[in-house]
Amino acid sequence: METIIGIKGKDFVMLAADSTHPHSIMVLKDDENKIHKISDSLLIAATGDQGDTVQFVEYISKNILLYKMRNGYELGPKAAAYFTRKNLADYLRTRYAYQVWLLVAGYDKKEGPQLTFIDYLANTLSVNHGAHGYGGMFCGSIFDQYHYENITQDEAYEVMRKCAREIQKRLIISQQKFHVTVVDANGVRRLDDITAENLKN
Amino acid sequence: MARRYDSRTTIFSPEGRLYQVEYAMEAISHAGTCLGILAKDGILLAAERRNINKLLDNSIFAEKIYRLNEDMVCSVAGITSDANVLTNELRLIAQRYQLQYDEPIPVEQLVSSLCDLKQAYTQYGGKRPFGVSILYMGWDKHYGYQLYQSDPSGNYSGWKATCIGNNAAAAISVLKQELNETPISLAEAEDMAIKVLSKTLDMTKLTSEKIEMSTLTRTEEGETKIKILSNPEVDKLIANYEKIQAEEEAAKKEKLAQQQAQQQQKS
Repeated sequence: METIIGIKGKDFVMLAADSTHPHSIMVLKDDENKIHKISDSLLIAATGDQGDTVQFVEYISKNILLYKMRNGYELGPKAAAYFTRKNLADYLRTRYAYQVWLLVAGYDKKEGPQLTFIDYLANTLSVNHGAHGYGGMFCGSIFDQYHYENITQDEAYEVMRKCAREIQKRLIISQQKFHVTVVDANGVRRLDDITAENLKN
Repeated sequence: MARRYDSRTTIFSPEGRLYQVEYAMEAISHAGTCLGILAKDGILLAAERRNINKLLDNSIFAEKIYRLNEDMVCSVAGITSDANVLTNELRLIAQRYQLQYDEPIPVEQLVSSLCDLKQAYTQYGGKRPFGVSILYMGWDKHYGYQLYQSDPSGNYSGWKATCIGNNAAAAISVLKQELNETPISLAEAEDMAIKVLSKTLDMTKLTSEKIEMSTLTRTEEGETKIKILSNPEVDKLIANYEKIQAEEEAAKKEKLAQQQAQQQQKS
């Protein structure tokens, strides 16, 4: 039900995620962070079954940190995304599959930015922009119109605002606030939230 | 009861030694020599071929140099049947990594994984250690060209140039003399390998039948190129070495003759 959005530029990847925590027909919480920082160069945005997202992302992130501890260097964003996919695919074929939808965003000094779209069936695709959740259905046309190869961070943030505005206007589910985080050569940085109030200005 | 502490692998002797492991190392010091040299633009492995019976089918070309994955090659010294088990395990480890991360395994991780297995055979009961030392050459994106050596105890280490097997100590001391701080090119390393082998192998004349050589380089496109040198290529290297050797010999003789002539004039 919730939304996660990702945009890749020439030298960064930006993720946005709404901050609601729904339960049945109620919103229990409006400041839930769905963008998990795995390392200084890796982010995973996750949505889906509430318990599954936490459990699965934690499992993946701790394994990625273990890899760094054992070897003294980090797993690159491509390998990290593939590792995530592999685990999800393996669990899918058991009786306790995880219901999670993911965007894996990373930056590597040699390989550059990398945004990977993974759904609950472990379909995996390296993309320039992507989104999950009902809100994601309103984002495709916006990406088509405004995303281009050399998009800047400011422009990408503006695209995120357009997506949020459209979701708040059209989607029957209320998503009042979006967290935004970017990863680039300088590491991971949280940007200002996109809220219904500041979208009016 | 003189053999109290050396019949089982997992028991320490009162002096704190593991005899079975030491015996395994001893077995390797009788095996065919393997040599590795790290150059700035590639790496090479060279190995002595022992089985040169003319009835042997030559279609099985490489005897002790094995390709492990797209980025790594190893050569083995010791019991060949043990080595086959280990190279099979190495290839499995490499492919398991590839399956999990969709990229080739970094060199040290592969070496270290195999050494965990080797170590286990020195600690868990009822089995003997692997009688095999291995030289690994490989490339990875983290540390570039690398050369490693591992032994039956499960120890491993990285080298600029090293040697295992028969007469390894002599070969290493020759390598120490030949190499200095400045890195050499792969072509120079090839010549050096022939030189070291000819000095340490106890045969009067080197031939391509007795030597296996393999090189690993990276192309401009970022692909690893692994090459096993053909017999004519090795012959060419040997001929080149012999030519230089003969020239040096001639120069030496000439110098000696001059000195003698000078001495005769003086007297």
